[in-house]
Amino acid sequence: MTNIENNFLGIKSPNPFWLASAPPTDKKINVTRAFEAGWGGVVWKTLGDQVKNVSSRYAALNHDGQRMVGLNNIELISDRPLEINLKEIKEIIREWPDRAVIASLMANTDRKSWHELIKRVQDTGCHGFELNFGCPHGMTERGMGAVVGQDPEIAKMVVEWVMEVAQIPVITKLTPNVHSVVPTAKAVVEAGTNGLSLINTIQSLMGVDLDTLIPYPNVGGQTAFGGYCGPAVKPIALKMLTTIGQNEMMKNIPVSGIGGISTWKDAVEFMLMGAGNVQVCTAVMKHGFKIINDLCGGLNNWMDEKGFATLEDFRGLSLNKVTHWEALDLNYHIVARIDQDKCIHCGLCYISCEDAAHQSISITKGIPYNKYMIKENECVGCNLCKLVCPVEDCISMIEQRKGDEYLNWHEFVRRGLPLNDH
Amino acid sequence: MAIKNNILSQEEYEHNFSDIHPPFERLSSALVEANRCLFCYDAPCTNACPTSIDVPQFIKQIVSRNEKGSAKTIFDSNIFGAGCSRVCPVEKLCEGACVFNLLDEPPIPIAKLQRYSTEKAIAGKWDLYLRKKSIGKKVAIVGAGPAGLSCAHGLSLEGIDVTIFEKNPRGGGLMTYGVAAYKVTPEFCQDEIDWITSIGGIEIKYNSMLGRDFTLESLKTNYDAIFLAIGVGVTRELDIPGEELEGVVDAINFIHGIRSMKYSEIQIGDKVAVIGMGMTAIDAATQSKRLGAKEVNLIYRRTEKEKPCTDAELELARLDGCNIIWLASPAEIIGENGKVTGIKCNKLSLVEPDSSGRAAPKLTGETFTLSADMIIKATGQLPFSDLLEIEKIEHSKGKINTFDNQKTNLSGVFAGGDCVNGGEEVVNAVQDGKIGALSILKYLCC
Repeated sequence: MTNIENNFLGIKSPNPFWLASAPPTDKKINVTRAFEAGWGGVVWKTLGDQVKNVSSRYAALNHDGQRMVGLNNIELISDRPLEINLKEIKEIIREWPDRAVIASLMANTDRKSWHELIKRVQDTGCHGFELNFGCPHGMTERGMGAVVGQDPEIAKMVVEWVMEVAQIPVITKLTPNVHSVVPTAKAVVEAGTNGLSLINTIQSLMGVDLDTLIPYPNVGGQTAFGGYCGPAVKPIALKMLTTIGQNEMMKNIPVSGIGGISTWKDAVEFMLMGAGNVQVCTAVMKHGFKIINDLCGGLNNWMDEKGFATLEDFRGLSLNKVTHWEALDLNYHIVARIDQDKCIHCGLCYISCEDAAHQSISITKGIPYNKYMIKENECVGCNLCKLVCPVEDCISMIEQRKGDEYLNWHEFVRRGLPLNDH
Repeated sequence: MAIKNNILSQEEYEHNFSDIHPPFERLSSALVEANRCLFCYDAPCTNACPTSIDVPQFIKQIVSRNEKGSAKTIFDSNIFGAGCSRVCPVEKLCEGACVFNLLDEPPIPIAKLQRYSTEKAIAGKWDLYLRKKSIGKKVAIVGAGPAGLSCAHGLSLEGIDVTIFEKNPRGGGLMTYGVAAYKVTPEFCQDEIDWITSIGGIEIKYNSMLGRDFTLESLKTNYDAIFLAIGVGVTRELDIPGEELEGVVDAINFIHGIRSMKYSEIQIGDKVAVIGMGMTAIDAATQSKRLGAKEVNLIYRRTEKEKPCTDAELELARLDGCNIIWLASPAEIIGENGKVTGIKCNKLSLVEPDSSGRAAPKLTGETFTLSADMIIKATGQLPFSDLLEIEKIEHSKGKINTFDNQKTNLSGVFAGGDCVNGGEEVVNAVQDGKIGALSILKYLCC
C-alpha cells in the first residue's frame, strides 16, 4: 500500500500538495474550500505591510487553443489588513488540525520590521514561515521581494534576522530572476534557513494588444513587468531545483518545488529531482481546487505501479541522471522508426526533418496519402519527428549503438577519433 | 391525391428550407475546430480538392486571426470558395481525406471553416484582388455559371475585358438554379457573383443564349478568344409509356422553379416518385418532402453500394422521410384522364459490372406498382449535342473534347465545366474555369 503523507521539515500534511502563496490562499473562504477539496497544506498569501493593488492584474499566454499555458501577474502581497489575516489563520489551524499552514512573509529590509512581523505571525500557531525573496514586481521598487533574493548578501542578512526570532521552520523562497539560484541558496542556507522553495515567478512582459498597442495587462493605458508562471515555466524550475539537489553543500536541505506544476506527473518529476513536496497555483487559478483529486490519485497509482511505498522512496532518484554534456556517451545512438500501421500520413515528421533537421525521412507520393519512411543511415536520432508526431507510439526511437563501450567527449578527443561519422 | 401548391404555412416553409449546415456562430466556435487541425504537410485534404485549396494554411490563418489572409488563401485557388463550402460533397473530397479519419475521429469541419472565412469576405466586401489595367484584349464567355465566372475572374485580373453571355436572368448556373435551397439561396449566389465581379472588367449580358441570340461566329469576330461554359441541359428521357402525362416533371426544371418562385407557389404532388439517386435526385426528393409531399419514393436501379450520391446526401433523404427503393427501374407511368396516378417498376438484380465499372442491373421479370401523382425525372442531364454540331465543336456524346488545358478543336475557343465533363461538382467547374483562364492568357500571349 502506498502512503502519500508528507513530512516537510517536520510539518505534516496528508499529501505533498500545498497551495502556493497566491490569490487562492489569501483568505479563509478559499483556504476552507481548498481543505474541503483535499489539499494537504497552504502557504498563506504573503503577509506584510498592507498594500494597495491595481485593477487589471493578470495576463495569459495562450497557444494553439490552449489557454493560460503561461500566466503573469502584477498583483502585490496581501492587500487585506494583517489583523484579519492573522485571525483567519488562527481559525483555520484550529479547524483543520491535520493540514499544513505556512505563512509567507515579506517585510521592509530592516531587522526590526522582520522581527515584529515574525513575532506577530508566529502567535497564530502556524507551522512554518516562507520568506518571500522572490516577488519580481511592485515590492522590488520598495526594496523587498526579488531584490532581496537577487543579492546573496542581503538575503543572508535577512535570514539571519529571521532566525534570531523564528521558533518554527523557515523556508526561503528563491527568485529565478538570477543567472543561478545557487549563490543565494548557499547564502541563506549558511544563514540558517531550514528549507528552500523555488521558483517564484519570472519577470516578463506578456504581450501587446495589437488594436490599442498597449501591452498586457492594461492598467489604464500602461502596464508594468509582471511575474510569469504556469506550465511554460516548469522546465526552468526543474533545472533550478536540480542545481540545488546536486550541490554538495545543499543536497540535504529540504526543497519545496514550485513552478508550473499542473498534474501529478509534474509533481512526481519535481520529487524525482529532489523536491520534498510541491506547491501549486496556476493550475488552480485555471481549474479550481478540484484538481487535487487527480493529483493525489495519479500519484498513488504511479507509486503503486512502481512499488514505492512512501514519497521518500523515490525522492531525488533522477538527480544523478543529469550530468555535464562532456560526460554523455557518444556511442549511444538511436534511430527513428515509423510504425506504418499507426501512421496517419500527416507528413509532420517529414517536413520537420526536411526543413529543420537532417533530411532523414523519405516521401513516396500517394493519393491522397503519402508514405513516409526513415532513412536509417541518415537519421541522427534527434527525436524531432517523434516530438511532432500527433499519434501516440507511432514513431519510436530504436537504440543502435555505435560501439559497445561508454565513450565520452574527453575520451573521444584523447583518442583522436574522426568527427564526421554522418 | 392531387398536385397543388400552398400546402404549408409560411413558418413551415421557412423552417424546412433554412440553412442545413448552419455556420459557426462566433469566432470561439470556429477556433475550437481550427485548433484541431494538425497543419499537415502536403495535406491530403488539399490533394483531395479539385482546386487544391491550401486547407491547412487557411485554417491556421483563422487561428492567427489573419482572416483576410485566410479568405485570400481560399479564393486564390477557388474563387467560388464560399459557394463550394456549402455545396461540395466534402465527405468524398477534403473532409473524406482528413487524416483524423484514420484515427477514427471526426475530420476537421473544413467546409464550415471555409464558409467562416469566405462569408466574412463577401459580407464585408473585402477587396482582396486588384485588377490590372485593361490591356485592350477582349474575351467572350458563354455561361455565367461557376466555370464561366471562375474563368472571367482569372482573365479580368490580368487586364482582359470580359463579356459573359448568360441565357438566364441571373448568373451562377446550377449554383443558382440547380441546388437545394437549404444549401444555398439565390440571394447568396447573387452576393457571391457580385463579389466576384466587383474587381471590374466583367460585363454579364443576361437573357442571352448561344444559338438563339448569337452564334459562335459572331463572337469570333468581336472577341480575341472564347470560353464555352454552357453546362448541360434538361434531364434525359425515360423512354417509357406515360412520360407525356401531366405530373411528370424534369428535376432540373422542378428545382429551377423552387429557386425562382416563392415556396408557396410551387406545385407539389401528394405522392412523389423520384427516378435516380444522384445529388439532383436527392435535392428533388428532399425538397418535395419539405414542400409538403406526404410520400416520396426514390427509385434507383442499382444498390446503395453503387449509388452516385454521397452517404451524407442519402442520409439526408432518409431523415427527411423519403423511401428508398433499390434495384428498380420505371417501366410505365400510369395515368387517368391525362394525369399521373402511379408508376409501374421492374424489379432488377445485379450482374457483372458494365462499361461504367458498376454492377449492371438486369430484369428479373417481376414488377410492382407505386401509387403516385407526380414523377420527377432525375436520371442525369443531356448535353447540348445539337448546338455543338451546329457550331462544329468536336465532342464525345455531347461532352466537348478538350486538350492541352481546356482548348477545343476550334482555334481560340476554349471550354470547361459540365459541358466538358458531362456534369460533375461545382468545384470541378471552377477548376476548369481557372485553368481555362490561364490557357487563354497564354494563347493571347499575356
